[in-house]
Amino acid sequence: MASEVAATGATRRRARARIARPKPTLLLGLTIVVAMLLMALLPHIVAPYDPSKFDYDAILQAPSAAHWFGTDNFGRDVFSRVVYGARVDLQIALFTTLFPFLFGTLMGALTGYVGRWLDGIFGRIVDVVMVFPFLILVIAIVAMLGPGLRNMYLAVSIVGWVYYARLVRGETIVQKQSEYVQAARVMGYSPARIVFRHIFPNAVTPAIVYWMTDMSLGILLGASLGYLGLGAQPPTAEWGVMVADGKNFMVTAPWISTFPGLVLTLAGVGFSLVGDGMADLLRPKS
Amino acid sequence: MIPTLLVILILVFAMVRLLPGDPAVAILGDRVTDEAVAKIRAELGLDRPLPVQFWYFFERVLRGDLGNSINLKISVIRLIQDRLPVTLFLTLYAGVLAAVLAVPAAVISALTRGSWMDNLTRAIFQIGLSLPVFYVSLQLLGLFGARLHWFPVGGIGPTPASNLYYLFLPALSLGFYLAAILMRNLRSSILEVLNAEYVDFARAKGIRPRLVLTKHILRNALISTVTLFGLSIGQLMGGAVITETVFAIPGVGRLMVDAIFGRDYAVVQGLTLAFAIVIMLVFLLTDLVYTVLDPRTKVA
Repeated sequence: MASEVAATGATRRRARARIARPKPTLLLGLTIVVAMLLMALLPHIVAPYDPSKFDYDAILQAPSAAHWFGTDNFGRDVFSRVVYGARVDLQIALFTTLFPFLFGTLMGALTGYVGRWLDGIFGRIVDVVMVFPFLILVIAIVAMLGPGLRNMYLAVSIVGWVYYARLVRGETIVQKQSEYVQAARVMGYSPARIVFRHIFPNAVTPAIVYWMTDMSLGILLGASLGYLGLGAQPPTAEWGVMVADGKNFMVTAPWISTFPGLVLTLAGVGFSLVGDGMADLLRPKS
Repeated sequence: MIPTLLVILILVFAMVRLLPGDPAVAILGDRVTDEAVAKIRAELGLDRPLPVQFWYFFERVLRGDLGNSINLKISVIRLIQDRLPVTLFLTLYAGVLAAVLAVPAAVISALTRGSWMDNLTRAIFQIGLSLPVFYVSLQLLGLFGARLHWFPVGGIGPTPASNLYYLFLPALSLGFYLAAILMRNLRSSILEVLNAEYVDFARAKGIRPRLVLTKHILRNALISTVTLFGLSIGQLMGGAVITETVFAIPGVGRLMVDAIFGRDYAVVQGLTLAFAIVIMLVFLLTDLVYTVLDPRTKVA
């Protein structure tokens, strides 16, 4: 028994350390994500300049002590814009994934538990969504709705929930066969109670893990649409838009696009490392 | 497959119908005469009930008629015929480069598990997972195209063979993300296979290590990677939208973006359908390759 093993304080401490010590990659990921959060929450403290203030006396300046990431063709401080960009891009990470996560897990649990015709309809939806490249589908929907952040969230939500639903559906079907669910059924609990009180908490784990990874994908997607001109619109300080702003200065002033892109990549790495780390921690030990 | 195709047709049909305003105006653009609108309304049967309209649409698609591009004054099917090969070439090229990068990296990384080599390789590919395609494209273009002049700064070559050179940077930037996914997957399946008894047995028989690696380990480890490769081709084609835009490549991806900004809805509709059909064919092909690689699945 666990209580016998952990009889002394020393062994208990060791046991806890063995279970809870996260991998260095997870710590690195968390550090990056926290840094990004700080930039997003307190940009006015981190950023030395106003991100949208034109300064025609300081156009296209190379990185220096005064302007760490240089200035763009309007004399705006690239570092300050990158800092303020965190707010937009983290918002993108959240809003491109929140609805898909909520609706997708709910639908996954329902289709998995009910089965029959509901599962049939869901299967068809999955087939259709899978034969489109995600980006193409989102772009096509944005094309119909018009460019902009709000329509981008809408487009991603229309498609994105399917991935979560697939995960939770599979897990629900597994849980449905388990003994505790049969026991709950024998006790005469209602289907709603069985699904939401018993199966759902057990089936939702892979969706939560995927959520972290998906935030990384969401940031990249949002920035890609921003770059194409279909997401955030200039002069918004969004990393993808900023990379696009600098694309005509790749030879004369490469820092305009290089730094926002680097920070964007860093954010992607951070979220995906946290996702991987959580997957390791939450995966049942075999 | 057929029911899926039907649903896709309905969706593509609905795309333009869901636009606010008159679809005829949406298709023709704002600056048109009333007669033109009336003509297209009659042509599309917009005065009929929706199911009838869908039937007309369905019939036209079956005849290979996807309408005309208002901006390019050319039939959508011709546009697709002209430009799809470019995108397919780019996608395939990117896929090959991805495999060329991923397979050796995965083998080295798995065989030297835990060493600095392994950690370095994994770190590089981990970053590859988070590198946005548009950013890699732009950086490669800026460095090797505009600055060093090693590669052209855009467009395609005069002959198909010259495109191996012209499309190298676009294919590389497109393929790197896939390389990262494949490497990750292949590395873990090699590690799994390494512990299999038949590998121990092959070694015990005295088979040369190289043969054990290629015939016994890789052959089995590659099965899931090939499936992943097939499933990823679709995402790769999606990425082509971005690469083609950055490198000014006249493929269907760039056409899609141009059509969106030009409000050329017949083109958007036609391309959406084309993408779906190509990917369905790729999935079919993946299934076939899978049965060749893994004879056990033939029964099913």
